[in-house]
Order: sequence, then structure tokens, then C-alpha cells
Amino acid sequence: MSEPERRRITIDPVTRLEGHGRIEICLDERGEVDRAYFQVPELRGFEKFCEGRLAEDMPQITSRICGVCPTAHHMASVKALDSLYQVDPPPAAKKIRELVYSTFMAEDHILHFYFLGGPDFIVGPSAPAAERNVLGVIAKVGVEVGRKVITTRRKLRELSALAGGKAIHPVLGLPGGVAKALKREDQARFCEVAKETVDFALFTLDTFEKVVLKNTDYVNLILSDTFTHRTYYMGMVDKSNQINFYDGPIRVVSPSGEEFIKFRSESYLDYLTEHVEPWTYMKFCFLKPVGWKGFTEGPESGVYCVAPLARLNASERMATPLAQEAREQFYATLGSKPVHHTLANHWARIVELLYAAERMQELSADPQIIDPHVRTLPIATPREGIGVVEAPRGTLIHHYQTDEKGIIRKANLIVATQNNAARIALGVEKTAKAFIRAGNISDGILNMVEMTFRAYDPCLGCATHSMPGNMPLNIRVRDRQGRILAILQRDSEGRIHKR
Amino acid sequence: MSDKPKVAFYWCASCGGCEETVVDLEEKLLDVVAAVDIVYWPVALDFKRHELETMPDGSIVATFLNGAIRTTEQEEMAQLLRKKSQLLFAFGSCSHLGGIPGLANLWDRERILPTVYRESPSTPNPEGTVPRRVSKVNGDALSLPGLFDTVRTLDQVVDVDYYVPGCPPTPKILLAALDALLNGKLPEKGTVLAPDQALCEECPRKESRPEQLSLAEVKRPHQVLIDETTCLLAQGVLCLGPATRAGCEALCVKGNMPCTGCFGPTSRVKDFGGKALSAMASVAGGKDEAEIARAFENIPDSVGTFYRYSLPSSLLRRKRLEAGR
Repeated sequence: MSEPERRRITIDPVTRLEGHGRIEICLDERGEVDRAYFQVPELRGFEKFCEGRLAEDMPQITSRICGVCPTAHHMASVKALDSLYQVDPPPAAKKIRELVYSTFMAEDHILHFYFLGGPDFIVGPSAPAAERNVLGVIAKVGVEVGRKVITTRRKLRELSALAGGKAIHPVLGLPGGVAKALKREDQARFCEVAKETVDFALFTLDTFEKVVLKNTDYVNLILSDTFTHRTYYMGMVDKSNQINFYDGPIRVVSPSGEEFIKFRSESYLDYLTEHVEPWTYMKFCFLKPVGWKGFTEGPESGVYCVAPLARLNASERMATPLAQEAREQFYATLGSKPVHHTLANHWARIVELLYAAERMQELSADPQIIDPHVRTLPIATPREGIGVVEAPRGTLIHHYQTDEKGIIRKANLIVATQNNAARIALGVEKTAKAFIRAGNISDGILNMVEMTFRAYDPCLGCATHSMPGNMPLNIRVRDRQGRILAILQRDSEGRIHKR
Repeated sequence: MSDKPKVAFYWCASCGGCEETVVDLEEKLLDVVAAVDIVYWPVALDFKRHELETMPDGSIVATFLNGAIRTTEQEEMAQLLRKKSQLLFAFGSCSHLGGIPGLANLWDRERILPTVYRESPSTPNPEGTVPRRVSKVNGDALSLPGLFDTVRTLDQVVDVDYYVPGCPPTPKILLAALDALLNGKLPEKGTVLAPDQALCEECPRKESRPEQLSLAEVKRPHQVLIDETTCLLAQGVLCLGPATRAGCEALCVKGNMPCTGCFGPTSRVKDFGGKALSAMASVAGGKDEAEIARAFENIPDSVGTFYRYSLPSSLLRRKRLEAGR
């Protein structure tokens, strides 16, 4: 072969995210990044083995797609069952579902901010690797705060189990309602913890302001072109275009912020499409009316974005007062809407945490939440159902077709991170290009590349909880045939060694 | 590195729920971290495979591996971790019994790939692209691990010392396993680390279970209003508690839904689904075969009902592959 050999940098496995991932970076002869690929090396094939299963088992089977956001799959699935059986759950059941869902969203956003994404800011993007984790966070903000994080999370998990049987892989959802009514003493507990969670969200917002917003370097990093992508944004809204996690139409805004489309979840196939690449098991979603133009941004490209930042951009306001205030500050600080800065996801996530906590408070105080009537028995013949929720990591779609006995014939699933897959791929390449120059690599550089995907909290990486200890990283430099030319090691002190 | 015992966590074909169980130790997680050095845990720590490869064989005291074995990469990792570890724990239903990803054994690779990449209604794919082991993009060769036709349990790939059951295991079960490991209280090799009795024994509705159960007609959970205090089987709802190992403290039943068997069988049973089926048949009402068959008519998915978490560990293991495969 006469083709010139190209240097290759492989990060395998990508760590501190849920699931299996790998980054391949190809350098040109000058050591500049030519291309970078974000690969997912695994497939479990749920869409196939859901065939033949009973529809009512789907909320429990599909929750096993992700043990970090099982409640999201559970709810999307049970909403698909409502639609499948054309059954409307009683008001109390809907409220219990949304209460459990808000509890889950709050817990999940806390997990990401303190255990995964937050350390890059609270401890620092170029702090020694060994400190860039939850223990580093605790060292920075104090043991008392660390304890508060753990305790708040535990209480939210206990509430999820109280209402749903299990916090991981809950069992409450049935077509037409929930398996169990809430009791008066359960309601009191929810009210109590909801109040604490609102306070904790406000504390988290305050911490973010002190640590990140008062630091010019961080603000410049957030605003830098490297972490900026002008794409479409998508999220679920209520009838007043306020963010809603549990129900409502899907709204998409253009890169300039105008409403592009708004559709009912039942018609998702008219608007969302998946693209297949041979080099990864993950499919890439794009907007059908715009089309797939490759891994590019701008109004001509169908690439779009979901999750906290996208939900803020795709909505007009928050439905609760404190979260709305926080949202106004978000846009006042970061400039006009839509905000295209990927790292702003961390801030948007805390605004959403506050909304989830306030929504918990509203729902748990609702007298109707303890109404014992929580089931409407389905009687219609099942045929087809579509259910959509906003998972912590973005819009999640379950679509089932069954026979008349409710046996699944076809299942189609679009999971949150797939919506972001193309933008994550774009982002990883952009940061690699910006930071890896003339073949030079350092710990800080590697962390910048990692921070790109970490901002999205990708669902191949939802279970993200840093642990104390050393955090070295290895990069293998390969030639085109995959032979290792050099191994770069980042040790626990953040020093780079070449072997 | 200190002289604390070295422990590793790894995952294969799984959902990450087992990893969440570790985080759900909450306050106790800090105690665990104080007692051991975690030397490999991709979900939380940035150690890379290369570093694991250079560790001396047997230098890890115990590895907790969750997930079934579905790809070539997972098989390699299971073998590597076995070599590096004195003890290997199959952690959670997928590594123990195959788990829900094991339902893929009803098909094979050649049926799964087209469903996901070519036949999905949201995936117009005129060129019929599917992920490949090696593909050339922009002149660069990119590789992916291969998928096996058959999902396997961990002990079908490497020798396993202990099993921590559940989908996922509860924090309490995990803590008991860690305690046994750190305080030299591990039982005989091959033990499943959960009570060796049926779930019914620890079920809060135990007292309401009639002496003689007689299931005249099985009711699917969405077809009936379920009373919150009475034995589910007594209400005609298929609950696998009688066939399932205890240890979760009946979480699903406390959520007013039936047990679906994620803790697997007790030590006397090899094939969980067979046992569950026979337990249900023994409580079926009806004088003759025809009446019993009628009682079971309302279970149109016996594999998903009885082998939901255990198809790869069953006697059949999988649906027969087409000839020549």
C-alpha cells in the first residue's frame, strides 16, 4: 500500500460514563487532528427480543435498557401501554407517575452534578486527575456538604422505592394507572423530602454561581467556540411551551431560536429519523424535514440536540417560580436564546433540578395524590402504542405494535442519547482538533476532550459516579494498521509519561 | 498503592443497574472505599485496560463482574479479569443467569442486526448499512467487537467462585457479600450469596397464602385490580415467589406487583424456568389436563414469563440455530 501511515490516538475504554465507549482520533502528517470518532462497541438488541413478550411486561423489561435511568424507560413504556390500550389513567395515577418521575429526575441530576460532571468545574478542569472526582468535590465544598449530597440522594431513592417497589427497575406502571395508591403517611414523607430537595437545589445553584460563574476562566471556557455548536434543539413542553418531563408535545427550535416544528409524540416518525454508520453500534438521529447532511452543524444540517440545555432552548419558560427565576438568570448571563454552548448543560441541569424539586412539592401537596382510585382497567383491543417522556438525557420514545392478545409484534425505541449522538460526535472532533496540536497531548487536553461528552451525561454513560482514588488515563498512539507506536500515560498526579 | 485488598468492578452486557447498587450503598460506600482499593472500575475510575493487563496474575482479591457475555470484547475481559483475580463474583442476574439480555437467545445475530438497523420504522437505510467488525472510513480502518449468536452466563465462559443474585442485587445483599469477603466468612465455592429458601418465606403477604392454592384462571396484572394485602397467587396473579430464591425482601410484592424471579432458583434447582413452571402447574386448579391447560391459556409468553432472567442458564440455553450456523 502506498497510502501514508497516519498516527492514531485511541482512548479505550472511555471511562466514567455509563456503558461502553471508545474514541479514535486520526492525525495527519503534521500531527493535527483530521478526524475523531466516538464509537459504541456494544449492542444488546432489545428491539428484537421484545418481540413475543407481553405488552404489560414491557415497562419492566425495557427498564433494563438502563439501570441508571430505568424510571425513564418504565414511564415511556407505560405511556405507550396507555396509548396501546386507549385507556386514560385516573387523575391520581397520573399525578403519582409524575411525582415518582420528578423524584427520579431530581436524584439523577444530583448524581451527575456531584459525581460526574461537577468535578471538572468544582475541582477544576486541569486540577490533578486524582482530585477530579466526588472526593475532590467534598474536599472543596466541605464534608458537611458531601454528607448532604449523599443523604439527599438516599432519601429520594427511598421515596422511589416506597411508591414503585424498587428504585432501580420500578414496578408501579400498568396500562391505565399505577399498581399502588399513595397513603397519607407516604404523602407526608414526599412533602417533607420535596421541601428539602428544593432547598438542596437552591444550594446547588448557589454553589454553581460561586464556583463557576464567579470564575472568569470557567465562563470563558463555557463561552468558547470550541464548546459551541449551532444546532436544532428539541424538548417536551406543555400547552404554554413550558418544560414538562412527563407529558406534552415535542417542540423543536432552529439554531436561530424560532419554533421549527411542534408535534404530537404519535407522529414522531414524520420528524425523527435514524442514520446508521458501519463503525459504531449506535444509531444517529436527525430531523427528517432537514435531512442527514453528515456530521455538520447549522440550519442546513438535521443534527439536533436534547437534554437539559436543549430543553431550556426548546421551551419558553419554566412552570415553577424559582426555576423560572433561575432560568432568567441563565439567559441573562449567557446571552440570547438559544444558548449553543455545550458546557452550559451543567447549569441547565441544575435549573431543571430545581424545577423537578418544585414539581415534587406541588404534586405531593395535592390532596388528590392519595385518592385510592389509581387504575382504569383496559378493555380495548390493543394494536399500537407510542409513549414519550423526557429522560434526564433527553427525549425517549417507545413504540409498540401488538396482536390482539397484547403480544409485542414490533418494538421501536429511540433512546435519549441517540438524539445527541451526532452532536456528541461533532463535539469530540471539535475539541480534539482545537486542543491536540502538532501531535502534542497533555492531561489537560485529554480532560477537555472528555469534558465534551461528559456535559451531555450520555446514556451509554449514565451511571457516572466518580470514586476516590487515582485517575490515570492511557492513550495508545497507533499507526494505520493498528500497531502501537507509543503509549502515553497520565499518572495519578496528572503527569504524562511516554513509554 | 496501599496494602488494602484490591477489588475490581466490571460490566459486560448489562444495564448499569448493578453499578447503581454500589452507589446506593450511600453512606456505607465510604466505609467500603476505606477498606479496599478499587483498582479497576470503568464506570467510575479512569484505569484503562492496558493497566489491568500489566497487573500480576491473582493480584486482585476479588472482582465483581456484572452483565452477560455477548461480545468478543466481553469474553476477553472476563478471561482477563479471571486471570488477575483470586475470586470472581458473578454479580447480578445477567452474569449469574443470563438476565434479560439473554432473551436474545431466542434469535441469533443475523436476525438481530437487520431488525435494529434495517427494519426499524425510523431507520430508512437504503444502502442496508449495518455495523461491521472492520470498516474503512476516510481511509481509516475502524474496528468493533463482534457479537456472538448466543448470550452466555459468566460461568459458561470462565470459572466463577460466588454468585450475588438479583436484578439488580439489593445494597443489603451486596454489603453482606463484601462483609463475607473482607471478614473471611465466605461459604463453600459456588454458593449463591442469598438465603437458600423461597421468596414466600420472607413475603409480607405470607400469612394470606391459602394452604391449598387453586388457580382456576391466571389473570394478567393489567386485567385485574390487585388487593394490596392478599397473596398474589390467591388472587390469580402469577407470582413466581414459590420458585424464587429469597433475599430481596419481596420488593416487587411491596410495590403490589408479582415476583418475576430475578433472584433465580434455590440451590436444589438447576433450571429456574422449569421449576417455576412446575410450581405453577402444581397450584393450578382443574380436574384434568384440559382444565389445567385452560387455567394457563392466559400466559401467552411462557419464555418471557418463566425464563425472563435465566434463558442462557437453562437446560435449553437458546432456540436452536439454523443448520450450518
